[in-house]
Amino acid sequence: MSTSSAYAHYTTGDPVVDTRAPEGPIAERWDKRRFEARLVNPANRRKHTVIVVGTGLAGGSAGATLAEQGYHVVQFCYQDSPRRAHSIAAQGGINAAKNYRNDGDSVHRLFYDTVKGGDFRARESNVHRLAQISVEIIDQCVAQGVPFAREYGGLLDTRSFGGVQVSRTFYARGQTGQQLLLGAYQALSRQIAAGNVEMHPRTEMLDLIVVDGRARGIVARDLITGKIDTYFADAVVLASGGYGNVFYLSTNAMNSNATAVWRAHRRGALFANPCFTQIHPTCIPRTGDHQSKLTLMSESLRNDGRIWVPKAKGDQRPPHEIPEDERDYYLERIYPSFGNLVPRDIASRAAKNVCDEGRGVGPGGQGVYLDFADAIERMGRAAVEAKYGNLFDMYQRITDEDPYRVPMRIYPAVHYTMGGLWVDYDLQTTVPGLFAIGEANFSDHGANRLGASALMQGLADGYFVLPATINDYLARHPRQGEVGPEHPVVQEVLAETEDRMHLLLAVDGDRTPDSFHRELGELMWEFCGMARTESGLRKALERIPQIREEFWRRIKVPGTGEEFNQSLEKANRIVDYLELAELMCLDALHRAESCGGHFREESQTPDGEAERKDDTFSYAAAWEFTGTGTAPVLHKEDLVFEYVHPTQRSYA
Amino acid sequence: MKLTLRVWRQRAADTEGAMSTYEVDDISPDMSFLEMLDTLNEDLILRGEDPVAFDHDCREGICGACSLVINGDAHGPERTTTCQLHMRSFADGDTIDVEPWRASAFPVIKDLVVDRSAFDRIIQAGGYITAPTGSAPEAHATAVPKPDADFAFEHAECIGCGACVAACPNGAAMLFTSAKVNHLNVLPQGAPERETRVLDMVARMDEEGFGGCTLAGECATACPKGIPLVSITNMNKEWLRATRKAGKR
Repeated sequence: MSTSSAYAHYTTGDPVVDTRAPEGPIAERWDKRRFEARLVNPANRRKHTVIVVGTGLAGGSAGATLAEQGYHVVQFCYQDSPRRAHSIAAQGGINAAKNYRNDGDSVHRLFYDTVKGGDFRARESNVHRLAQISVEIIDQCVAQGVPFAREYGGLLDTRSFGGVQVSRTFYARGQTGQQLLLGAYQALSRQIAAGNVEMHPRTEMLDLIVVDGRARGIVARDLITGKIDTYFADAVVLASGGYGNVFYLSTNAMNSNATAVWRAHRRGALFANPCFTQIHPTCIPRTGDHQSKLTLMSESLRNDGRIWVPKAKGDQRPPHEIPEDERDYYLERIYPSFGNLVPRDIASRAAKNVCDEGRGVGPGGQGVYLDFADAIERMGRAAVEAKYGNLFDMYQRITDEDPYRVPMRIYPAVHYTMGGLWVDYDLQTTVPGLFAIGEANFSDHGANRLGASALMQGLADGYFVLPATINDYLARHPRQGEVGPEHPVVQEVLAETEDRMHLLLAVDGDRTPDSFHRELGELMWEFCGMARTESGLRKALERIPQIREEFWRRIKVPGTGEEFNQSLEKANRIVDYLELAELMCLDALHRAESCGGHFREESQTPDGEAERKDDTFSYAAAWEFTGTGTAPVLHKEDLVFEYVHPTQRSYA
Repeated sequence: MKLTLRVWRQRAADTEGAMSTYEVDDISPDMSFLEMLDTLNEDLILRGEDPVAFDHDCREGICGACSLVINGDAHGPERTTTCQLHMRSFADGDTIDVEPWRASAFPVIKDLVVDRSAFDRIIQAGGYITAPTGSAPEAHATAVPKPDADFAFEHAECIGCGACVAACPNGAAMLFTSAKVNHLNVLPQGAPERETRVLDMVARMDEEGFGGCTLAGECATACPKGIPLVSITNMNKEWLRATRKAGKR
């Protein structure tokens, strides 16, 4: 490969052989694993400390459950309260194979849909377990008082979501994530009150402490006082969410960040499939350079809205002045059988294509119309209002346009990251004693996540999987001597963290943290976004080290480290984005196939569909860190499909 | 748009604060209020001044982090969260006052950032249903009448932002506390802890230094999620019922 980026010259190391997934019939594997797992005597559990980083669906449920089991939990979140983790913003719902509708759903069907939806890049054993546990999650949440939507008979309502043929999605209006998170938060609160969880809000993890090859603690900064401290445990659980904010503009919360997972990666945890990012087609377009984040609208809108752009390039007329025969309903044209309901990745790419052709609408031409005129004529305004009223209100609040009269404008935005820390069947990373759960790991969604499956996975990991598997680790590794602040390794990690903070403050350059974040985000969106090419990715790989170099020369962080300093927090997160972005581009470059959310323009079928290359790329790519800007080592986990036979998608 | 901002600046919890005046220019009516503050902060950083600290995260009206008193109103002139307030609600040339939540139970940490951990402690006192993981019966074992489920949901919508406290002339947390009491107490799953929940949560609320309720109704007017004032009446009924049952009076 010829490129000026040394980073692109990666080497391939040993394959990942042991995933710890049990053998045997897939439906029995989870039972088998739980039976084989060693247990910790209840009386001994309080002697074990477990650190949990993050309080979203995964972290909140894990912290509460581990504390209920009797472990001493020390938990962290950067927000002022554990209730504010970004899981709270999830709208649509949570899948579960309850088959309450008697519509042919089953654990096996949910398993099948998830493997297929992930475009055959997930581990079958994990996905099957997820489908099995899905039913228990609903029971658990109902018992906690989560107010799911109900029918008049008092039983739970479900709906079909994301083009699936069965109604398996449980929901609480458009606020399912909020209600599930509050359930976990309340369970966690009960354990905090009982003294079983020591909660540290407004405290951000900055590094991982690994002693004698095991995760033994973290370095974290108190965001109010600025004090950097060390915390110790027998195991560390990262539930710190995804890395979509690498792109600057995304639907993630402003402060969601990749520091915890990236620092763990630097300390030895392999990072898997970083290029697998999900782009959601129905977001509100940006209005200008001031835009700080993007807002998603439920994709249920595509059930009745028709997507179109003008046929002519640069058509500046308002939408109602564009006659019917001068409109291009491009999804209906290109995909006549699925029309506006094609999967997320296809809808997103098609929008990008028409905008790249110069036919986009709205500010900067970065938008397409989602038109409800026909739906209003067919169903009546009242019916449309009953179905989508809250979404229309939200749209109007943000854009000041009335979607009942003027077509909505939508554009795709980064929404979720399927990649993350590599974990085995036990959700343990390659650093013994370090576990990763929820969006922070890479495990269950393959190359594309189905709608309403993120909430399911976060809660499956936190309530049920981790609490069972971590027992085994703790039982097999009784405390091997105390690790305290005086330990030389701890001193070294602490000093490195403090040096990094001092350096950020010392540069005193002429550019703000946001200006760098925005520049990196634009680069990533252009070259590692919806459609990727070899030449584009090579450009990005050349550019990122330059931005990084400029960052350390020109960054300006006001104030000091010994106070509440949001600029310092931000700058420190960008340091990690500037490294993670490079790995994402390399992963996207090396995977010369299209699959799920990863679309390489060189690898498509004649009708523009993503073309997988199973012979070459049927593996999870787990990368090993070797130093900032130096080529990482690739470890492949071969994926074996015993139950769901890989097929090529077709929506034409 | 060109605007004059008068912003509360306070270095730390234990220092005195004061209003400082800033001019901002080139503000688009499509910006959110927080994006307008981002613009100000970018300028302040480049000028070598300390940017204005404020809490924010999801910026889509659901996490409850943002918390500004704008021209005397919690979350400003529209009935929404600060992050969903847009500059088109203001006129070119306006002078806008920006302050933190003002309540003795919410001490200022820095500038516009306050400490709302008292809310967490109210939830910890009883704002949950005891249902350890794994102990749950089948979800359909207990039907919940739809009106009760809807009632629970309407109260569960509270985002814990604290606008109710900031708006209340007494700095009371009755609306916040009642939202959780009503959410859980109406459900069959919440029945076993119905009395202890309301008694413990109200007791904790009082200990945290929130003021008493005089039914001024400002809380429900400021609430971005529309938790109704009648929630407080319902909670008082629950409290009275629990108190009688406990034989305390």
